[in-house]
Amino acid sequence: MHAPDAMLPRIARIRRRRRESAQVWTLDIEADGTEASGFAPGQFNMLTVFGVGEVPISLSGDPARGTQLVHTIRAVGPVSEALVQLKPGKELGLRGPFGVGWPMAEAAGRDVLLVAGGLGLAPLRPALYRLLAGRHRFGRVRLLYGARGPEDMLFRRELASWQRRADIDIEITVDHAPSGWTGHVGVVPTLIEHAAFDPGNSIALVCGPEIMMRFAIDALRRAGMADAAIYLSTERNMKCAIGQCGHCQFGPTFVCRDGPVFRYDRLRTFLGLKEI
Amino acid sequence: MSLWMTRLSQPPGKRHTMVEKVTVTVDALQALLDQLKGRGYRVIGPTVRDQTIVYDEIDSLAELPRGWTDEQEGGHYRLVRREDDALFGFAVGPHSWKKFLHAPIVELWKVVRNGEDVSIVAESPPDQRFAFIGVRACELHAIAIQDRVLLGGQYPDSHYRARREGAFFVAINCGEAGGTCFCQSMNTGPAVESGYDISLTEIVTESGRSFVTEAGSEAGLQVLAALPRRPAMDEEIAQAKAVISRTAAAMGRQMRSDDLRELLERNLDHPRWDDVAKRCLTCGNCTMVCPTCFCTSVEDSSDLAGETASRSRRWDSCFTMDFSYIHGGSVRASARSRYRQWMTHKLAFWVDQFGTSGCVGCGRCITWCPVGIDITEEVRAIRDSGSTEG
Ligand SMILES: Cc1cc2nc3c(=O)[nH]c(=O)nc-3n(C[C@H](O)[C@H](O)[C@H](O)COP(=O)(O)OP(=O)(O)OC[C@H]3O[C@@H](n4cnc5c(N)ncnc54)[C@H](O)[C@@H]3O)c2cc1C
Ligand code: SF4
Ligand code: SF4
Repeated sequence: MHAPDAMLPRIARIRRRRRESAQVWTLDIEADGTEASGFAPGQFNMLTVFGVGEVPISLSGDPARGTQLVHTIRAVGPVSEALVQLKPGKELGLRGPFGVGWPMAEAAGRDVLLVAGGLGLAPLRPALYRLLAGRHRFGRVRLLYGARGPEDMLFRRELASWQRRADIDIEITVDHAPSGWTGHVGVVPTLIEHAAFDPGNSIALVCGPEIMMRFAIDALRRAGMADAAIYLSTERNMKCAIGQCGHCQFGPTFVCRDGPVFRYDRLRTFLGLKEI
Repeated sequence: MSLWMTRLSQPPGKRHTMVEKVTVTVDALQALLDQLKGRGYRVIGPTVRDQTIVYDEIDSLAELPRGWTDEQEGGHYRLVRREDDALFGFAVGPHSWKKFLHAPIVELWKVVRNGEDVSIVAESPPDQRFAFIGVRACELHAIAIQDRVLLGGQYPDSHYRARREGAFFVAINCGEAGGTCFCQSMNTGPAVESGYDISLTEIVTESGRSFVTEAGSEAGLQVLAALPRRPAMDEEIAQAKAVISRTAAAMGRQMRSDDLRELLERNLDHPRWDDVAKRCLTCGNCTMVCPTCFCTSVEDSSDLAGETASRSRRWDSCFTMDFSYIHGGSVRASARSRYRQWMTHKLAFWVDQFGTSGCVGCGRCITWCPVGIDITEEVRAIRDSGSTEG
């Protein structure tokens, strides 16, 4: 018969809820009949709080643990606010996973540079898990992460444990440093300028606020990286996530269907235009 | 194979060889309506309401806009009496068949609670089949385009499919080009070529108004077989051909369409967008009347106690501020960017997304724009300025 209706959510339940920072929470979710199909790093789900609404949220957990869905959410408005307030045991609606994620296959054999700003670390974390799980298949792995302040950093414990590993380099910068902060201060693109990497054999995965991504991409290009080696994750309003509501159009693409991760050279013309 | 796929895979222009053309009278047309009703179809056709020709449920031929025609120009629509009693002597009005196939409001699902047990129940589409009377060539193309959008991808839309699959199409070859029509330029008319069950061409014979008629599907063949009819005579077939060429020669508008995608992609920063922005009210009328515009939004609601919740889907328009809202503001806040989004999507990016233009040249957006903005004119202005950017 016909394929199941992709507009119908499944019932999911909150298993665990952790606070990351003042406005950001990470939710572990279990969904009815979650197939072991898993998800690809960079993909997202549509999460519904019944009676309130539905929003796109990236998967932020380990793709190897397919039945446990993890989402990291900043409360900015009615739906995201309602999501982070759901207590363990409460049900929510879930559709997905949707979208084209990070180019994990293309990254094989190359140095991988992950550039994250703010909440942009959440959609990159599944890629990091994947890189670390198959560590020998990649060259140098380097994470450049910028947060507003130390208290805004996501996944702090995990970051600290990764910082102790020898097989991954982590550079963190903050916009505003309290006294006692000994790390970098400044925006992420400045980390790119100081990072040593072989631009000819690297791939860059960039995620963060649009303005941060623009500057990061500029810095990567100045460092000699080819446009076709830079990938970014984009955000647009979304109502269906299956290319039928029209809201997420970005030039010739649908962000939900053709993205959210795009190769920079394919979006370059449109990123340069205002209000496209 | 489902009907729409057969239809889509049939290349436009290719007809069944040896389809028998028959001539039927006006009375036989009433018999057609009766027969479709008898077969359980909900029969929808053109009818006059509030000084416009709209599509609505009809019972008898008497409800067709017989003897009426429409005067159409940018921002202008007026019904006027014809000098004859033609049944289909008018062009398209503000409605399109998407009103029935891609309904303006659709209930998607509701949550049902049973103690601790929570489940989601899909709202099923209405259990009825439509028969559409008087579908134009441009409209058949518009439906084929919506088929691609809503059924052609990985996740076909179940509501559209349910309404679409069983539908019966009685097409009409246009005998009158509207003042804002340009189907000829878009290669979508005025002759109906595929996607119909029965096609009609209205002609005048000794016995009054008649229709040269063809079946375009097995279902059409069956229905036609039960109607009073006789083989079409050569001069009737010639007359029917002449109707189409007369209409083709009388198009109200023209637009060169072979290079639109490249033209617009080169001109995304053209000063003409500022010019049109001064006139455009961002009312969204053009998107509501367009037979291919498919955008929707969803709305969630719940009762006061929070016991039930549901989601519905309704037509939306890229001319609203909410459409592109992401936290912090709308991506397309200016009228300039919203008109550009609409027009470049229709004429350029649709091709990237769905392998076809999103415009069939029906002229509705021109007629129903309160300030008469004319898509053909806007394209011409960009084309003629010659000032293209790399
Ligand atoms: C592919 C993708 C992945 C995302 N991943 C995450 C994530 O991992 N964590 C997270 O906190 N946020 C993420 N977002 C952003 C998140 O969807 C918005 O913050 C959320 O929609 C805000 O909705 P609201 O009702 O709480 O707030 P409001 O700002 O009041 O939003 C009103 C409506 O506008 C739309 N909207 C507003 N902001 C956005 C936005 N940034 N993107 C898309 N639609 C928006 C939604 O339809 C929303 O319901 C992602 C967005 C996209 C497109
Ligand atoms: S864009 Fe205008 S002319 Fe083209 S199909 Fe839509 S309403 Fe008709
Ligand atoms: S082009 Fe005309 S119909 Fe369309 S939004 Fe602007 S004013 Fe309204």
